[in-house]
Amino acid sequence: MKLLTHNVLSSKCLKGVSVGYPLRLNATDIKVVDVDFNSEFVSRMIPKINYSALYEAAQSIGHHNGLPDAVADDYEHNDDFLKAVHHVLLEVDVVSGDLECPESGRKFPITRGIPNMLVNENEVNEINSSNGC
Amino acid sequence: MKSRGEEVIETPDLSHLSVTDFDHVYEPREDSFLFLDALEKDLSLIHSLQPRLGLEVGSGSGVISTAVARALGSTCYMMATDINPFACKATQQTALKNKTNVACMQMDLDTMMRMDNSFDLLLFNPPYCVTSKDELSQPEEGGSFLHLAWAGGIQGREVTDRLLHHVGKLLSPKALFYLVVIKENDPEEIMNVLSHQGFQGHTIASRKVKNECLSILRFCRGF
Repeated sequence: MKLLTHNVLSSKCLKGVSVGYPLRLNATDIKVVDVDFNSEFVSRMIPKINYSALYEAAQSIGHHNGLPDAVADDYEHNDDFLKAVHHVLLEVDVVSGDLECPESGRKFPITRGIPNMLVNENEVNEINSSNGC
Repeated sequence: MKSRGEEVIETPDLSHLSVTDFDHVYEPREDSFLFLDALEKDLSLIHSLQPRLGLEVGSGSGVISTAVARALGSTCYMMATDINPFACKATQQTALKNKTNVACMQMDLDTMMRMDNSFDLLLFNPPYCVTSKDELSQPEEGGSFLHLAWAGGIQGREVTDRLLHHVGKLLSPKALFYLVVIKENDPEEIMNVLSHQGFQGHTIASRKVKNECLSILRFCRGF
């Protein structure tokens, strides 16, 4: 599971959870893979991602080296910055570990790179179950 | 035959999946191939909108998300959910086999995704068959998930409707949403439901296969 995936997951649909974001990340096995750098892609992702959630997730698994703690002002033209973000978004792959709801503590295991985000019907907000989260 | 320069979606290689795998995972059939054909016809439009985040809900074998991930390359991050753990594994393997990346998550539809208008491309070949409500339940521990690939409950709409109700919160302003339907799902009514969330729907492909009148619908906000 790449950190870009982590960035778009939320546990807001759980009963009693009001924000549910970002999920805490615990990794027991991480592999770093090579992914072709596409500066335009990374640059267009910056406004879509929650940068502080990305930074915290990278920090929590010890892969924040080289990643600034805030978005660079000139990020569209700053290749060093974009490459650092590219690395953390796409090249750091959590093979096993878990994701944890920051409010309820509910854990979601990650096995062979796939997070198991299945929840029981009784764990989900009734208002939200037919209405999205 | 395609002439050079036209954009093509190649059908992914599924030779790594065996008959035993298809005991647990929906095997691509006419609906999947119609979906691929329709996406191929729409590829220039998809490219022109420069999607960055893509999501396939209920990816099954991964044939669709892999084909799209390959066609869009490094310009788009393709994600996929499936409630069935065997399908998640199959999708991951299909992407690998075809030298691309699809981020797989075991999830019921999109329940655990951030609802903040981030996704630019949404693909859904839902369980559209008309069945009884009883057939929609999740399996007991160790049971088969396969029925969840096709059982759609009343009007074949019960699963689709759970996604439709909030799709406006998931999708970005310039997003494209592709949905597989059959006549019994009442495509006109689906278009009506989504028009209330600001989406215009078009039928971009139709095919009659055995007793199914399949169509592919494309939705976007007026632009």
